Amino acid sequence: EHYEPVFVGEAERELEELLTHYPTKMAALLPALWIVQNARGWVSEEAMTEVAERLSLTPAYVKGVVTFYTMYHQHPVGKYFIQVCTTSPCGVCGAEDTVRALLDQTGCGELGATSPDGRFTVVEAECLGACGFATPIMINEEFVESVNKDNVTDILSRLP
Amino acid sequence: MGFPHKPNPRETQILSRYFGDAEARTLEGWKKRGGYRALEKALGLTPEEIVNEVKESGLRGRGGAGFPTGMKWSFMKHGDGKPHYLCVNADESEPGTFKDREIMRWTPHALIEGAAIGAYAIGAETAYIYIRGEFTEPLRVMGAAVKEAYAAGLVGKNAMGTGKRIDVHVHKGAGAYICGEETALMNSLEGKRGNPRIKPPFPAVAGAFGMPTTINNVETLAAVPHILTQGPAWYKAMSHSSPKSTGSKLFSVCGNIAKPGNYEVEMGFPFKDFLYDLCGGPPPGRKFKAVIPGGSSVPIQTMEEAEATMMDYEGFIAQGSMLGSGGVIVFDDSQCMVKQIARLARFYAHESCAQCTQCREGTAWTTRILERIEAGKGTMEDLDTLLSLSKNMTGTTICVLSDSCATPIVSGINKFRDEFEAHIKGKRCPMGATAAA
Ligand SMILES: Cc1cc2nc3c(=O)[nH]c(=O)nc-3n(C[C@H](O)[C@H](O)[C@H](O)COP(=O)(O)O)c2cc1C
Ligand code: SF4
Ligand code: FES
Repeated sequence: EHYEPVFVGEAERELEELLTHYPTKMAALLPALWIVQNARGWVSEEAMTEVAERLSLTPAYVKGVVTFYTMYHQHPVGKYFIQVCTTSPCGVCGAEDTVRALLDQTGCGELGATSPDGRFTVVEAECLGACGFATPIMINEEFVESVNKDNVTDILSRLP
Repeated sequence: MGFPHKPNPRETQILSRYFGDAEARTLEGWKKRGGYRALEKALGLTPEEIVNEVKESGLRGRGGAGFPTGMKWSFMKHGDGKPHYLCVNADESEPGTFKDREIMRWTPHALIEGAAIGAYAIGAETAYIYIRGEFTEPLRVMGAAVKEAYAAGLVGKNAMGTGKRIDVHVHKGAGAYICGEETALMNSLEGKRGNPRIKPPFPAVAGAFGMPTTINNVETLAAVPHILTQGPAWYKAMSHSSPKSTGSKLFSVCGNIAKPGNYEVEMGFPFKDFLYDLCGGPPPGRKFKAVIPGGSSVPIQTMEEAEATMMDYEGFIAQGSMLGSGGVIVFDDSQCMVKQIARLARFYAHESCAQCTQCREGTAWTTRILERIEAGKGTMEDLDTLLSLSKNMTGTTICVLSDSCATPIVSGINKFRDEFEAHIKGKRCPMGATAAA
């Protein structure tokens, strides 16, 4: 299949501007991967190669970095990628019930699975840094606080 | 203030004064509230004068270790001909901690101003604000504020028209608790895997990009402008127990408590009043059982210890714990401590960067044993094994993540041993909870 490069037009200009922020090209790697993921929804092997060429790195090096971090998707995910915090502070405030309600109501059934309609993927996350607003979840780039088993329906129904 | 609650008159609102005030997010709104006067003043002083003011104030790092900030800054050698860097640690991922998030969401210019002053004081022309990738709103707000600050010439190649260069860049992380460790953060910033580095060399000698670097927490830097405008004596006077702990401190409060949120109090505030008066006590019909007062990496306190604590660096140590990051996690009498400790161990197992054997194996092994005990399948020998594994995990690795995993385990077994034994003897969780979430 033909690969369409990410770094053309606006994305290319964004990368050039980013390169001016750092004394090395390598330092633009995490930001470059973010540009890719924002454009494509995930980071494919071809995209890793493109990033490697742009930053004078090897594809293997880029892959080693991608796999270290939890936020880069190495596979396509549901239209709505939902992360739910289940670390202790949220756990004692009902995070397990929130997870259950999300799995049931999205049709995902289990953690990490994508719903049959391809709309949702629900995963557990470690502390999202909003423990006083249990349970926080992230729907793609949107941060939602104070989610519980009773307001899940409402939150999901607002998604286009 | 106990955002999102109304401020309590016993709080001291310095850093949190404008939490919830959307106008304070804009440059215009911030200037109306006295913003950037401290930077203006700072740029008229020598770096040494600034370092001395900060030293005199007694300010200590708010990221966890409590290292004196002025002293840290004084390690940076001026005139060595090398580029210097300031790294702002906004990775905030320690369970229980969510104060830096509020500083960035509501008062982004406070952080830019503090970072610019810090950069100038250590001879750096560039400050990187490393924000965890999950903080999408703080990233947006900080990004917009940095743009405004550049457009107004407050930072950049001619900061406030002084001819001094101070660049400020926001750098987005990508999900990894370990990147909050200072040298892991520098590796991550450089475009590498976030593995902590062996020290020495220390960052002040060879940090980001191999150059002299200082790293500070968001809250530490946000306090600096106030110290410069109101003076070190004013700051130092906010100290009610140990003279070695000064200033105001944001505490994030979560778990089983009536009013979770952020509260700002002066060092030495009584923890008992804090928990019951400011935070409203336990949820209705419940009693407090235990507190982890400084983020998940510090020892668990019994309520006797917590209620006898004066909230400062020395006060928490005197009562069997540490101030840490100021993330207060409260457990009530409906919670199973074994289950919670097992979940925390699982957190560390998940977050270990796996460079050191004791950490990689120890975090995974202790998690398995704890989950087994919680499921009613543990033995009394397991408790000894947990304690001896914890011992091997402490003081033996490149960074202290390994120690942090051992801390709740050891303090948990020592202070709540009866709960562990009840699981083992009764072959089930006496509270009906199950470990596997
Ligand atoms: C595993 C680990 C995670 C850490 N995470 C953070 C963090 O998220 N934010 C932070 O400010 N400090 C964190 N620290 C502490 C930093 O290493 C460092 O001490 C701190 O940023 C220094 O700033 P300060 O002197 O202003 O406190 C962490 C330390 C370790 C070992
Ligand atoms: S102690 Fe753990 S997290 Fe720290 S460097 Fe070693 S393996 Fe990595
Ligand atoms: S533990 Fe859930 S956000 Fe921190």
